[in-house]
Amino acid sequence: MDAAIRVEALSKRFGRLEVLRDVSCAVADGEVVCVIGPSGSGKSTLLRCMNGLEEATSGRVLVHGVAVSDHGTNLDTVRREVGMVFQRFNLFPHKTVLQNLALAPRLLRGLTAAETRDRADALLDKVGVLDKRDAYPNQLSGGQQQRVAIARALAMQPKLMLFDEPTSSLDPEMVGEVLAVMQRLAEEGMTMVIVTHEMGFARRVAHRVLFLDEGRLVEEGPPAALFESPREERTRRFLGKVL
Amino acid sequence: MDEPQILWFGWFRADIIKEYEPLFWEGLRMTVGVTVVCILLGTLLGLLLGLARLADARSPVARVLTRVLLRWPATVYVSFFRGTPLFVQILLMHFAVVPLFMNPADGWLISGDTARDLRQNYGAVITGIVSLSLNAGAYISEIFRAGIQSIDRGQTEAARSLGLSYGQAMYHVVLPQAFRRMLPPLGNNAIALLKDSSLVSAVGLGELAYAARTVAGAYSRYWEPYLTISVMYWLLTLLLAWGVRHLEVRYGRGDSR
Repeated sequence: MDAAIRVEALSKRFGRLEVLRDVSCAVADGEVVCVIGPSGSGKSTLLRCMNGLEEATSGRVLVHGVAVSDHGTNLDTVRREVGMVFQRFNLFPHKTVLQNLALAPRLLRGLTAAETRDRADALLDKVGVLDKRDAYPNQLSGGQQQRVAIARALAMQPKLMLFDEPTSSLDPEMVGEVLAVMQRLAEEGMTMVIVTHEMGFARRVAHRVLFLDEGRLVEEGPPAALFESPREERTRRFLGKVL
Repeated sequence: MDEPQILWFGWFRADIIKEYEPLFWEGLRMTVGVTVVCILLGTLLGLLLGLARLADARSPVARVLTRVLLRWPATVYVSFFRGTPLFVQILLMHFAVVPLFMNPADGWLISGDTARDLRQNYGAVITGIVSLSLNAGAYISEIFRAGIQSIDRGQTEAARSLGLSYGQAMYHVVLPQAFRRMLPPLGNNAIALLKDSSLVSAVGLGELAYAARTVAGAYSRYWEPYLTISVMYWLLTLLLAWGVRHLEVRYGRGDSR
């Protein structure tokens, strides 16, 4: 069976800046993978290549066997199955919470208004913001907005979820509520790739951790091994600074 | 002229305005009609031009094609219509372009008696609507472009990552937000268009300025007709500005910035 995500010799350049250099990795169905590394190491770019928000300079990215990196591929159909959560939430400010959740399923899944509403309500309840369903995003706290953003992605019933530093722009007291939602999602068996600086969370929830530095995949392994006894000097130095 | 003179404030010959009242009403109708039609056509054209100037594609071949077929023509178009006087555009349209498409002998679009009749009866209206719309489209495309670009890229990314197509993301996510920010400049543009419609009187469109010119010619009096249409234009622009403000308030909610 195809892996949920397979990255083959991926390189990405922005002009002369080499952001990713020959990165290869794979994510299995049901696996939770955390990507860690210093800022500017290419973590977010790697994640954004996985749903085609960034285009690979060379190499391939396959999502359930479909080459996202090919120009001929219809990205829209791939992205329906790949949820994404952003650092800065990116909720639609002119739509209510409910409308944020309903938009894509109504347009793309052919559901009735009632079906999308029921599904949205269930998801909002799950992430604990059901009472805000008729509010506008700017009336919510950062933590609430990010939980709505997760629910919005889940409303498409994706096969896997990408998280791009989901707690990095949150006030410290709101980080926990978002991580709790993500942990529950992981426990339910969702395939997840999470770019994060939350080492405690990575250690607790991830099945596997990738360490990126200067655009290279330096080391990967189960969190216990990678955090307790990193093989690479660079990993050790990074962990020494953040732990 | 055996009608009694009616003097307001001792110098304003109100009887002249009264005598030509139907002409002014007719002019008002034409000014408002042309303006409304041109706002609609200009906005549509502006949207298309704005999107053309922002067009991009994934594969290298398609990228070159969008540049050559969309971006560059749109850029040249906007540059020309913003870089030449509207008055000159109107004359060019009326005496050169319209005859090319519409003339009794060999019109590209219409010829024969239909062309003659059309130009005789509606020549100035056609010129007015076409040239004002083309001109407004160029200015409005810049408003659309700036409005679309002012929306955070994360909005498009969020919409696209849910699986929405480019068009769906534009229609449901980007344009509704951009439109709110575009309302004030669009309102200014509509007001400019209303005032600029007076230029089409030069080719004989029977709108307000034309009515005033007719009256001024008949009586050799200038204060009365031009002051009258000035007040009418002023009231119209005030009304338009009020309408735009109303829309801004109505659509202002939910914008975080």
